[in-house]
Amino acid sequence: MTDIFGIPSQVLLGQIVLGLINGSFYAMLSLGLAVIFGLLNIINFAHGAQYMTGAFVAWMLLNYLGINYWAALVIAPLTVGMFGMLVERFLIARLAHLDHLYGLLLTFGVALIVQGLFRNTYGSSGMAYDIPEALKGGTNLGFMFLPNYRAWVIVASISVCLLTWFVIEKTRLGSYLRAATENPALTQTFGINVPLLITLTYGFGAALAALAGVFAAPIYSVNPNMGADLIIVVFAVVVIGGMGSIMGAIITGFMLGLVEGLTKVFYPEASATVIFIIMVLVLLVKPAGIFGRPA
Amino acid sequence: MADGHSLALDETGMTVPAENSGTKRLHVMIMIAIALALLAAPFFVYPVFIMKCLCFALFALAFNLLLGYGGLLSFGHAAYFGMASYVSAYGAASWKLPPELAILSGVAVATLLGAAFGALAIRRQGIYFAMITLALAQMVYFFSLQTPEFTGGEDGIQGFSRGFLLGIIDLASDRNLYWVVAAIFMASLLGVYRIVHSPFGEVCKAIRDNEPRAISLGYSVNRYKLTIFVLSAALAGLAGAVKAIVFQLATLTDVHWSMSGEAVLMTLVGGVGTIFGPIVGSFVIVAMQNYLAGLGGWVTVVQGAIFVVCVLTFRDGIIGALAKLIRKPL
Repeated sequence: MTDIFGIPSQVLLGQIVLGLINGSFYAMLSLGLAVIFGLLNIINFAHGAQYMTGAFVAWMLLNYLGINYWAALVIAPLTVGMFGMLVERFLIARLAHLDHLYGLLLTFGVALIVQGLFRNTYGSSGMAYDIPEALKGGTNLGFMFLPNYRAWVIVASISVCLLTWFVIEKTRLGSYLRAATENPALTQTFGINVPLLITLTYGFGAALAALAGVFAAPIYSVNPNMGADLIIVVFAVVVIGGMGSIMGAIITGFMLGLVEGLTKVFYPEASATVIFIIMVLVLLVKPAGIFGRPA
Repeated sequence: MADGHSLALDETGMTVPAENSGTKRLHVMIMIAIALALLAAPFFVYPVFIMKCLCFALFALAFNLLLGYGGLLSFGHAAYFGMASYVSAYGAASWKLPPELAILSGVAVATLLGAAFGALAIRRQGIYFAMITLALAQMVYFFSLQTPEFTGGEDGIQGFSRGFLLGIIDLASDRNLYWVVAAIFMASLLGVYRIVHSPFGEVCKAIRDNEPRAISLGYSVNRYKLTIFVLSAALAGLAGAVKAIVFQLATLTDVHWSMSGEAVLMTLVGGVGTIFGPIVGSFVIVAMQNYLAGLGGWVTVVQGAIFVVCVLTFRDGIIGALAKLIRKPL
C-alpha cells in the first residue's frame, strides 16, 4: 500500500470519493437554490425538507409498493416537484409583493411541518435503503477499490448539473427563464407567462433536491433530519459561491465537497466546520462571493 | 431593504402608526401594568413557568431589536443565547462563580461573539445576511458538539447549584430567584425601550426603511448596524445566561438552529417592530409548548403551521394588529 503525505492512498482516495459525493449533493442543492432565487428572489428554506422527502418517497416506493430504485429516480422528483408547485402556487405566490424575507420565513415553516410529520411517523432513527442490484459491488481500479454505486452517483449528478446548465444557458426555455430573472415585467409584456414560469421553476428546484435525496438514500440512512443540517451547509456554499452564476454554483459545490473530504483525512476535527470557516474567509476577502457580482 | 417593503411595514406600504402626544403616556401606563403583573404573578402562577416565559421574552426582545428596529433578520441568535448559557453554566458549575458573575461572563462572551459575527454578517444584505448568521451559528453548534469537556456533550452541563446572589440571597428558593429574574427582565425592557427611542434608535429605523438614503445623509450605516447587532447579541446572551441559572441546565438545544427559529416565531406571533409584541409572543409560544407537551413531535408541526399562517395572513402579529386598531404604536 502506497502512502501519500503519510496517509495510506486507499484512505485518501476513499475520502476524495466521499468528498465528491457530498460535493454532488452540495452542487445539486445549491444549483436548485440559485435557480429559485434567481426568479423568485427568495431563499427556499424548505430545500432540505424536499431533499429528505425525495429520499423518503424512494424508500416508501420500495417498501410499500415494491417499486425499485430506477423508477424512484423518476417518480420521487416528480412527486416532490408537484408538491413544490402546489406550495408555490398557493402559498409563496401570495407573498410576491412583500419583502423577500417573508418567503424565507414561510418556507422555514413549511420545512418544520414536513420534517415534523416524517419524524412523527417514522421516528428519528434512520432506515436503510439497499443499493440497487446492478450497482452493488465495486471496481478495482488498480490504485483503489471504487464502489460502483458511489461512482454512479458522482457521474449521474455531474450529468444532471451539466444538463441543467445546458437547458438554462442554451435553450429557448432557458432564455425565457433568464429574461424573466432579469426583468419579469418586461418579459411578461412579450407574452411569456411569467407566473407559470415561476411555478415551474420552483417545482424544478424542488425536484432537483428530491433527486439528490434519492441518490443519497442508499449512502446515508433515510431519516427525517437528513435535510435540516445539510441545508445549512448548502447555505454556506451559496454564500461562498454567490448565486449569480449557474456554473459557479456547480463548481463551488463540488470543490467544497472535495475540501471537506480532504479535511476529514488531514484534520478530522475541523471537517464539520471547514466550509463555514471558508465562508468566513470569503466574506473577509470577497464579500460578494467567488462567482458573485458586487451589489 | 431598499428594494421592497421592510418587515415593519404592511403590504400597503403604510408604516406602523405614528407617535402622538398620548403615546408616551400610554407606554408609561403599559410599563407600570407590566411591573404590577410581574409583582402579582408568582402568587397565582408557578414561578418557574413565568421565569421560563421571561427568559424567552428577553430572547425575543433581543431578536426583535435587530429585526424590528434594525431591519436585519438574523437566523443565528441561538449562538449568543446558547454560548452565554454554556459559559454561565460552566462558570457556576466548574469555577463556582456566584450567579451574578456567571451571568455577566455569559453576557460578555455573547457580546464578543456578536461583535465578531456581526462584523462578518453586515458585509452582505437581506437574504444573504440571514444565511450567514445561520451558518455562523451552526459553526458554534458544531464547536459545542465537539468540545464535550466544556459543554458536557449530549448531557450538557447540569445539576450545579444556583448559588447566592451577591453572597446573601439564596437563589435555591424559586421565589427569591423569581424576583431577581423579574428585575432583570424589567430593566432590560426599559433599556430596549430607551434604545429604540434614542437618537441612535431613530437612525437605525431610518437605515431599516431606506439604507441608501441614510448613507447619502452621511451616516456610517455599518457602524449603526454593528452596534445594534452587538446590543442584540448581548441581550440574547443575557437571556441564555439567566435561563442557564434558572434551570441549572445548558444543553445543545440552546445552540441548535431550532432555538433561533423560536425567537423568530415568538417575535412574528407577537408583532415584529413593536415593543411589547415579543413579550406577548413568547408567553403565547411557551404556554403553547407547555400545553402541547404531551403531543411530543407534533409541537414542531404546530409551530411550522403557525409560521405559515402568520406569514400569510397575520403579518402584524397580536400587538401589531392591536396597535393598528387603536392607531398608536405599541
